[in-house]
Amino acid sequence: MAEAKTRPVSPEASRPLSPHLQIYRPMLTMMMSIMHRITGAGLYFGTILLAWWLIAASTDARAFDTANGVLMSFPGRIVLFGFTWALFHHLFGGIRHFIWDTGRGMEHPEREYLAQATLIGGFVLSVAVWVIAYMVR
Amino acid sequence: MVELALPKNSRPTEGKTWAKPQGATNLREFRIYRWNPDDGANPRIDTYYVDMDDCGPMVLDAVLYIKNKIDPTLTFRRSCREGICGSCAMNIDGTNTLACTKDMKDIKGTVKIYPLPHMPVVKDLVPDLTRFYAQHASIEPWLQTDTPQPEAEWKQSPEDRYKLDGLYECILCACCSTSCPSYWWNGDRYLGPAALLQAYRWLIDSRDEATGQRLDNLEDPFRLYRCHTIMNCAKACPKGLNPAKAIAEIKNMMITRQS
Repeated sequence: MAEAKTRPVSPEASRPLSPHLQIYRPMLTMMMSIMHRITGAGLYFGTILLAWWLIAASTDARAFDTANGVLMSFPGRIVLFGFTWALFHHLFGGIRHFIWDTGRGMEHPEREYLAQATLIGGFVLSVAVWVIAYMVR
Repeated sequence: MVELALPKNSRPTEGKTWAKPQGATNLREFRIYRWNPDDGANPRIDTYYVDMDDCGPMVLDAVLYIKNKIDPTLTFRRSCREGICGSCAMNIDGTNTLACTKDMKDIKGTVKIYPLPHMPVVKDLVPDLTRFYAQHASIEPWLQTDTPQPEAEWKQSPEDRYKLDGLYECILCACCSTSCPSYWWNGDRYLGPAALLQAYRWLIDSRDEATGQRLDNLEDPFRLYRCHTIMNCAKACPKGLNPAKAIAEIKNMMITRQS
């Protein structure tokens, strides 16, 4: 019995896990995949804000003034711009994944171009929407 | 499951700095992951200096230099030294590749070497590939037929043979699978890019008659569909193959057979 007690744990059980995310060089397509998830999660938050604004609008003037006041404040606008960007970034990301699902655009360098287009397209369209919004206001 | 941090026993600590080779003027610094199953300590990162005037051009040359001239306990796999056996796959300068075909000129500054990511370590740069091989076996990588054996060989047109290009060249080095975050988080259920590339290699082989069963075997939320087109596999492959595209083609075969 004493022997059993001193027996070391099996080598398999004591093996360490090799480093992964900590040491892997950030790849554009990998970072874009992560961003797609983060913006997707961000959309939940943005949708809650939108719902809050709509519910306040249907409640009464005081509730609407509060919600509208918060969202139209400078920090509020920053958050809203982030929501717009998350929406477009996620939209373009979705289109990129849709193209890849057909088996197209997966070779080098097309896959990099698609990732760059997502990044640039999301940003440009967000700015465009805000510029138009300020112009028609 | 997604676990961003390493378990406590796996976190590397600062290791030993080995003496510089005497009289060398053209030194290069190497930071290499070490783990010894016999001492019970955490992994550590050792620092070595290689005399580049006395060493070949590839990372494997430098690793062999270290083993032969500085530290004979450094443990790694290697065999063919020409990119066809797949033994010396490791994480070099942040990406998975073969040490024997990675030119040190393509790396800036200190050369950092780790074992293939998110794998159990047997010792130093040697990962345990048991599960990786089992996954390859699970896709039954051999010709399966119902029709009687022909008198001579199974015939295939040149056009059908070309379909295997970009697939049959896989050397099972595991660079792709261990570069894939989906495989990191769900490697126990997701087959990973290497096994799926091989699955596709048999799915589109004109001589194979088990296409239906092969697809049945892959029709699973994890085995096939954990691929989220992150594309690290295609970028890592030292043979220039594209597992991500092969996986997309399998998914398309699934859709095609439904309609």
